[in-house]
Amino acid sequence: MINAVTCPICGCLCDDIEVTVVNNEVVKIKNGCAVCEAKYLGYKSAHRIKQPLIRKDGKLVPVSMDEAIHKAGEILADANYPILYGWSSTNCEAQRVGVELAEEVGGVLDNTAVVCHGPSLLGTQEVGIPTSTLGQIRHRADVIIYWGCDPWSAHPRHLERYTSFTEGRFEDSEWKAYLNKVKASAGRKKLLSAQRRKEPKKQHATAAESVVFNKPPETLQKEGRKLIVVDVRKSMSAEMADYFIQVQPNKDYELMQAMRALVRDEELDVDQVAGVPVKYLREVVDVLVNCNFGVIFFGMGLTHSAGKFRNIEVAITLTRDLNMRTKFLIMPMRGHFNVSGANIVFAWQSGYPFGVDFSLGYPRYNPGETTSMDILLRGESDAALVIASDPGATFPKRAIQSLVKHPLIVIDPHMNATAMLGDVVFPSAFVGIEEEGTAYRMDNVPLPLKKVVEPPKGVLSDEAILKRILKEVRLIKSQKTNQKTEAA
Amino acid sequence: MTEMLIKNSFVFDPLNGINGEKMDIAIKDGKIIESVNDRSAKIIDATGLTVMPGAVDIHTHIAGGEVNTGRMIRPEDHIKDVVRKTALTRSGTGYSIPSTFVTGYRYSKMGYTTVMNPSMAPLGAKHTHEELNDIPLLDKASYPLLGDWWFVLEYLQKGDLDGCARHVAWMMETTKGYAIKIVNPGGLESWGFGRNVHSIDDPVPNFGITPREIICGLAKVNKMLNLPHSIHLHTNNLGIPGNYVTTLETMKALESVATEGKPVCHITHLQFSSFAGDNWGNMRSAAEEISKYINAHNHMTFDMGQIIFTDTTTMTADGPFEYTLYQLSGHKWVNSDVETETSGGIIPMRYKRKSAVNATQWSIGLELALLVKDPWKMFMTTDHPNAGPFFKYPKIIAWLTSRKARMATLKKCHKKAQRKSLLPSINRELSLYELAIVTRAGQAKALGLKDKGHLGVGADADVAIYNINPEKLDIAQKYKTARRAFGNAAYTIKDGIVVVKDGEVVQHVDGKTMWLDVEASEELKVDEDMKRKFKQYWTVEYENYPVFDHYVKISDPITVKASV
Amino acid sequence: MPIDVEFYIFLKLILKYNSLNFLLIRSGIMMQQKLHVTLLTGRTIEQGVGKEYGKSSPEYYEACSMVYMDADDMKKMGVKNGTHVLVTTPNGSVVLRAVKYPRSAIPGLIYIPYGPWANAIVSDATTSIGTPSFKGTPAEVEPAPDKPVLSMQALLKKEFGR
Repeated sequence: MINAVTCPICGCLCDDIEVTVVNNEVVKIKNGCAVCEAKYLGYKSAHRIKQPLIRKDGKLVPVSMDEAIHKAGEILADANYPILYGWSSTNCEAQRVGVELAEEVGGVLDNTAVVCHGPSLLGTQEVGIPTSTLGQIRHRADVIIYWGCDPWSAHPRHLERYTSFTEGRFEDSEWKAYLNKVKASAGRKKLLSAQRRKEPKKQHATAAESVVFNKPPETLQKEGRKLIVVDVRKSMSAEMADYFIQVQPNKDYELMQAMRALVRDEELDVDQVAGVPVKYLREVVDVLVNCNFGVIFFGMGLTHSAGKFRNIEVAITLTRDLNMRTKFLIMPMRGHFNVSGANIVFAWQSGYPFGVDFSLGYPRYNPGETTSMDILLRGESDAALVIASDPGATFPKRAIQSLVKHPLIVIDPHMNATAMLGDVVFPSAFVGIEEEGTAYRMDNVPLPLKKVVEPPKGVLSDEAILKRILKEVRLIKSQKTNQKTEAA
Repeated sequence: MTEMLIKNSFVFDPLNGINGEKMDIAIKDGKIIESVNDRSAKIIDATGLTVMPGAVDIHTHIAGGEVNTGRMIRPEDHIKDVVRKTALTRSGTGYSIPSTFVTGYRYSKMGYTTVMNPSMAPLGAKHTHEELNDIPLLDKASYPLLGDWWFVLEYLQKGDLDGCARHVAWMMETTKGYAIKIVNPGGLESWGFGRNVHSIDDPVPNFGITPREIICGLAKVNKMLNLPHSIHLHTNNLGIPGNYVTTLETMKALESVATEGKPVCHITHLQFSSFAGDNWGNMRSAAEEISKYINAHNHMTFDMGQIIFTDTTTMTADGPFEYTLYQLSGHKWVNSDVETETSGGIIPMRYKRKSAVNATQWSIGLELALLVKDPWKMFMTTDHPNAGPFFKYPKIIAWLTSRKARMATLKKCHKKAQRKSLLPSINRELSLYELAIVTRAGQAKALGLKDKGHLGVGADADVAIYNINPEKLDIAQKYKTARRAFGNAAYTIKDGIVVVKDGEVVQHVDGKTMWLDVEASEELKVDEDMKRKFKQYWTVEYENYPVFDHYVKISDPITVKASV
Repeated sequence: MPIDVEFYIFLKLILKYNSLNFLLIRSGIMMQQKLHVTLLTGRTIEQGVGKEYGKSSPEYYEACSMVYMDADDMKKMGVKNGTHVLVTTPNGSVVLRAVKYPRSAIPGLIYIPYGPWANAIVSDATTSIGTPSFKGTPAEVEPAPDKPVLSMQALLKKEFGR
């Protein structure tokens, strides 16, 4: 049994997983969430790519590693403006080679932030960000807000490791209180259904309201940690909250600006903002300014809806304003387990976190111009290398159509949507299971990933594949230069 | 078997008392030796040139989480300063927070060979080391932030110096660190709930200990562990008008810990801690008061933190201070508290000649350097990038060695600052010998780096050769020529290899990371104690916390025998 | 003059939405079978688990080729749990399995988990910052009980020819 294994899935980067290995196979997982178990027990699925593939006559056929490396090297060496995309589900060691490769081929280096928290990075480039590591939240936070994100679905252990349901030095876990609440509501439901059976024709109150409308925040008048969820729909996380604010779609910006005004003791001339009655909003803001330590976690609800990075900007500004009255911090719920790592590695080597264009011989950054999504939508690239990500499943249709118009190299353990569309496909080892390395948590804390089993025979790591491609590219380029000088 | 001979140059080697003698320097296998075979060695004809040991920077923020967050949020800082890829060098960007490769190249071009990253949050130590690995051409080390670490606060509050020392030794090894760094002691833990401390006797909420106790406690621990450098301190009340009182109190408090010969504390970027007055309107220099104390006491060393008039970025572990800067400027503000350990903040900052406060700050740094009589006490830094980017160092060299240069800049400053400045009354100009002390010999000595900062037999062959002929060039008069010369070394030699020639990189070397391997005389029982408490204190596992050996590309552990 | 202007605007609307149904609904002739909604796409725990089993796995297919809808909206459309519906946006259309949203009323909203089915219709407008508009764009839903929900392979083949 191997202790202290770091799970390679989401930004929680839980590093307390216990893995039992028998005969080079993972047979049991302890401490992991449902997604973690699915990965460790399911990664050896039938969808594993077994050897390198090249598309010939419309079909992907197995080839030798040398042939695939040579083809990939040719594609990148010949390309004028290739995109090197993905990077978020591999280790920093591979990401470092990625920067070198992008620089060598004069391409565009971009990661999945472009469809995820890219707007958050843009927001912080506008106004900065008051934040911390997750342990500060665990020890000190008595008000926790999840805005436009659903940790129960996307970061399942977040509450039990870092926020409401964990013990801190200065704050206790709210787990018992939550269990009591669930028991009480289950009891209520039983009572109501019994009543309904007795008097079927009578109009009964429903335990789960059929229409959720904002209620007075009496549930926030309690001791201990308070959990507030803001979303356009009642998510699973909202069910667990002490208070749920249902905001109208695309209206988060207005709601946050209204809260800023209330934090600054200004009057609002309207009765409701974004579907939320101002009189309840006032009480919520009261709770915020009077707490000891508050935090806002936010996700795609803000980055993907109208306003995008402006939503983040105003969320950060709201947090900043709250610092006039108390201690308040904010943190993006980063999705993939090493998406932070990619932004961090790109930044320290080039200065920029994503959308880095090396085509002029030095790093350039201009979101909207040098971001891979826009380049694809304008049809400007002429080749692509996709690694540790699945744009075939996450990109809008038109972007993918542009991607498959030109040679597409894919490096991935699974035959995912992108691999199915690729021209040269490399199988790689699962980082965090078959390959060790470093990853960065959503709060930018670096953690080591362990290797618990050997990869299948012939399957290399991302880092090794990239290094070979880089070497091949340099060889091809120097051969070309020699040919030119010979001809001259 | 690489042998090299640097012939016929003017050598300035203060640690060996050499002041401009015409000498040869012999190098073999990366070390300075007595002599080499003229015929087989590579000859560098340095006739008419100045040779100094490779420069040493005791305090420069170049690697780690905070530095990198600064890079990420300031694309506007990079776009104006791009660096192209060449056959030998990687591409990158500057300006105030250069990318890692560019950092290495630019330091080396000025003749620097050793740099110290002064702020490392232990939880993020792996990140710091990963970035240090990507800084070429320089030897480097990093100081873990320990002044507000819960274990330090708890053990010192109990009065258990032994226990504290053993935990600090554990932390030094675990993070592969080089010195005990203390920032606004007590203030960072207070900032965990949005508060701060305002004097060295202000108790820290929830811990019942004062900054005075933290500073003196850790100074004693440092002695017990026999660490090569003293404690490295960023004072309380930094950047607040009137704070010189706190600085004096801090220095006085350390008198009780003082010993013969070795300094017990290094106060960094002293300029920021030398303000008199009580508000920004009447703020003035306290350099006179501070330097008077320093001239009369020998238990401390300092570095300047000299202001450069430009657009730069402030970044320190002093979270509450960075918040104050945000309140003053309204600029984008990053705050980054680290659980159990420390905090941090980042804010862009433009220092203007026409700002009376900035111009006074500029004057303070130079006043301190010139009024402190002994150059072995006061070193040249900008606390990069806080007071200015490091590649502007040649400007400071000109100001230190040329009154003409100082006055030329002072004349362009705000009138109020001109009136208040002590510089018109200061005629002192540092000689090349003294310059070598404040940029290399003194820094290496304070750091306890036995093989750096000098050119005696056995030293590392880190050499800087500048286009300055002391017999023909009066650097006090021709300061612009001197500036150019110090900004573009004729040769920078690292471990006996020429890496820079005429200000251009000609060879890649990796440089090593130095760290302390502290051996306690007693079996370190800290491991068990740490394992038990770990889950309560941090959100990572004990097993995943240390900086493993493979995180350091080229490791240079320095064994230290502790007396505990 | 006013009549010409009205007709011109009407014509523009027809051309913009390119749908006879739209014309009929606007003129109030047909029963409201087609619903105008706001499209959200996002994560679900099933989608997260499914992707770990592999994008071509049955778990992933089950998790992602569906659309959560408001219970009352479904009644209005005459659609039951599990009925297939056609979701259309200016970017395209896709057939999905309709599922009642279990936790609250979400009138006027539909929620499709991240995946190739969602991305067949999601808005690619990056508003010049690189990120598409994955949430909060307009869509139309109508019953399509006889149309099949494509497998991922079939969907990729249809959209990208591979």
